[in-house]
Amino acid sequence: MNQVMKPGRSVGILGYGAYVPAYRLSTAEISEQWRDGSDRLFLPVKQKSVPGMDEDTITMSIEAAKNALNRSGLLPEKIRAVWVGSESHPYAVKPSGTVIAEVLNIIPATLAADLEFACKAGTEAMQAAIAFVGSSMGEYALAIGMDTAQGRPGDALEYTAAAGGAAFIFGPAEESIAIVEGSYSYVTDTPDFFRRSYQKYPEHGNRFTGDPAYFNHITGAVGALLDGLKLSPEDFAYVTFHQPNTKFPEKVARKLGFTKEQIRFGLLSPHIGNTYAGASLLGLSDILDHAQAGERILIASFGSGAGSDAFSFMVTDKIKGIAGKAPLTSEYVERAIAVNYGKYARWRKKITLE
Amino acid sequence: MRKVAIVGIGQTPVREHWENNLRDLAVTALRDAMEDAGVETVDGVCVGNMLSGALSEQEHLGSLIVDYAGLDGVEGMKIEAACGSGAAAIRMAVKAVASGLMDAVGVVGVEKLTEFSGKFSIASLATAADADYEITMGLSFVGINALMMRRYLHEFKYDKNDFSIFPVNAHHNAVQNPNAMFRYTITPAQYAKSKMIADPINLLDSSPIADGAAAVIVVAEDHIQRYQGKGVSILACEVGTDTVALDNREDLLWLKGVERSVKKAYHVSGLSPRDIDFFEAHDAFSIITAMSLEASGFAEKGKAIPFAEKKGISIQGGLPLNTAGGLKGRGHPVGATGVYQVVEAVQQLRGVMPEAIQVKKNNVAMTQNIGGSGATVITTILKKIE
Amino acid sequence: MDIPRYWRLKSQRYRLEGRKCLDCGTLSFPPRLVCQKCKSRHSQPFEFKGKGKLYSFTTIYQAPDRFDDLVPYAVGLIDLEEGVRITAQITDILPKQLEIGMDLEMVIRKIYEDGNKGPILYGYKFRPIMAAQN
Repeated sequence: MNQVMKPGRSVGILGYGAYVPAYRLSTAEISEQWRDGSDRLFLPVKQKSVPGMDEDTITMSIEAAKNALNRSGLLPEKIRAVWVGSESHPYAVKPSGTVIAEVLNIIPATLAADLEFACKAGTEAMQAAIAFVGSSMGEYALAIGMDTAQGRPGDALEYTAAAGGAAFIFGPAEESIAIVEGSYSYVTDTPDFFRRSYQKYPEHGNRFTGDPAYFNHITGAVGALLDGLKLSPEDFAYVTFHQPNTKFPEKVARKLGFTKEQIRFGLLSPHIGNTYAGASLLGLSDILDHAQAGERILIASFGSGAGSDAFSFMVTDKIKGIAGKAPLTSEYVERAIAVNYGKYARWRKKITLE
Repeated sequence: MRKVAIVGIGQTPVREHWENNLRDLAVTALRDAMEDAGVETVDGVCVGNMLSGALSEQEHLGSLIVDYAGLDGVEGMKIEAACGSGAAAIRMAVKAVASGLMDAVGVVGVEKLTEFSGKFSIASLATAADADYEITMGLSFVGINALMMRRYLHEFKYDKNDFSIFPVNAHHNAVQNPNAMFRYTITPAQYAKSKMIADPINLLDSSPIADGAAAVIVVAEDHIQRYQGKGVSILACEVGTDTVALDNREDLLWLKGVERSVKKAYHVSGLSPRDIDFFEAHDAFSIITAMSLEASGFAEKGKAIPFAEKKGISIQGGLPLNTAGGLKGRGHPVGATGVYQVVEAVQQLRGVMPEAIQVKKNNVAMTQNIGGSGATVITTILKKIE
Repeated sequence: MDIPRYWRLKSQRYRLEGRKCLDCGTLSFPPRLVCQKCKSRHSQPFEFKGKGKLYSFTTIYQAPDRFDDLVPYAVGLIDLEEGVRITAQITDILPKQLEIGMDLEMVIRKIYEDGNKGPILYGYKFRPIMAAQN
């Protein structure tokens, strides 16, 4: 096992912000549409978030980043990198970060690439930001995980493919509300879920996405992290995982020795579905809305293909009063305008017009 | 400045002219006006048009129409002021003749809106608004007028259906106008059920997309005996402007462009609202009719509807309005409309309208042509010459 | 799509950048080179905060070509708290729930996509306020 990753100088989160669209499609609706309701007792989540017609990964990232900036109190020009991890970047060539950086007035002295690693693209952005600040190349960096996931109509994943995510500004530990104690990334070539270029919808390996993929990589990353930091599950106040449905994060928490108490904040998939690259980041954002100084947080993502990034954060007393400076994660989760399947199909362009 | 008059008029029917092209429509109207006036040539031609470039891929209308009208070598220019292009062209002719620079000027307003699908025409018409800040944001031209109507209803507390008085009147008159596009009546009940285009504006609030051309011959009033057509005096033809974008207006519910235009027109003519016998208003939308009556000094602000009800806007009423159908009933071939309004006023003042729509007290007419949502307003006052 | 024109306006579309007259303080949006009030040519950029009240609105049922797939959608006149009025779409609310006087805030959304191949135009829209706690 390699060493836990720690940056050259200590870094942490200065500001964070969430975004989830307002619209919701109930899984009962989808079940009714495709299976005449025959599987309505076995639905993976209650409902999922649906982006409006005028929303995409860029617009959503802009709002999450604005929330993060407001919480951090930083002048935007001080940020030197804007990295966005997503499976649904609006352009295949032209980084989402360029628009976000322009809107927020972070331009022009900044980096702005798009990242992709399925549902862990957001935590990959976090690793890059930690390394960037940690190496002193820049004082502040913005990492975003955001998605407007597309589910193939009638497919099992359609029940959960949702939209949302969160943004984090990393900077020196002395200014942080939560300091990075260490991270561990665990990656193998495991094709549990993927999408070839020019295909509209992904392929997935059904049960193969369980043990060989999700569980193996998360337990691999978290195990190595705890080992390396000499920590046990009881040392954490909160823990959040990638949440493709309700069962997987609950199961992996149990497997790793965490209690139901520890996952009481951050488990949002039952209400908003799987927000892909935004999922574990939204979990972290929800936790930070409630965390107090001295509490320790574990976050472990999972991206198909496959890999997991695990981080341990220690909350500082600078967190006091920060949550209220932008809408809470729960406010985004709770605002809900119901749409029916037809409206969702029209908005998500599942009905082709040509 | 010498006085000017109109001695010839011409107009094509207003409809979808599938089989006629832009230049032929213009030439027909212009030559008809010249025949009416009894002239073989003119000193200049002013062409009023808005969308020849966008829809017919043709600019340079001045020289094109002068050539095709057989007026070899004569001065010709296109004048554009959105939907006010027609009267703007008349204004240019008035300036040329009043100043003594020219003796006889032909004005032709022409528009062909049906070259493209409806959606593209709608998009082109929207170029009358602020491209970068109104249209880019998704506002349609009807939407712009709807913003005014909604606020008007909110502030002055009318029911939306109270506005039906204007389109009902317009259609009633259009039935008798052989050149009108819509020759059928509509009822308040039909108005109430009509399809929404941009809430609260419905289909029957809005003038239709159409093609047409109309023309007048403007000459020095001192010379009218030289001409065959019965002369009508132009007492005033004055322009007022306001911001193009609605959001930059001082008062959303006051057409300052109209106020500025009529103020100059009343001053130049020495007249006031009570001297006007009938009014050809720019009823592109019923809300504009109402607001025009107010800013032109006929009704108090917010009181156009009770004014219309009380004073009477029918042919027999106290202020006959849109006597040949207006934009709503006769049609609105955008760049030509302003000239149609003047042509109809001349017919009224000459006493040659069909009986059912001939205004009895026909001494002084006012026509008003508006570009955009009130950014360019041209008010023309005409008087019968005994 | 006319890319230079679309690119040139990004400060206005992304950050509500208008101008402030240096002689009389009058604010303008869109930015004006000549002050509407005192006609001075001396001005500097001014960023509006994006908070305002709904002054009027309409629901568009027949839209220009490029907005056709959004129909029906609402467009309004919003009075920004700095005293300037702006035209924008209203989003995240059903058109029939709109009321004159509502408090709104600016968000950045997709204005339109130039087909499948052209650029995506982003810019301001307004939605009912989703304020922070404090």
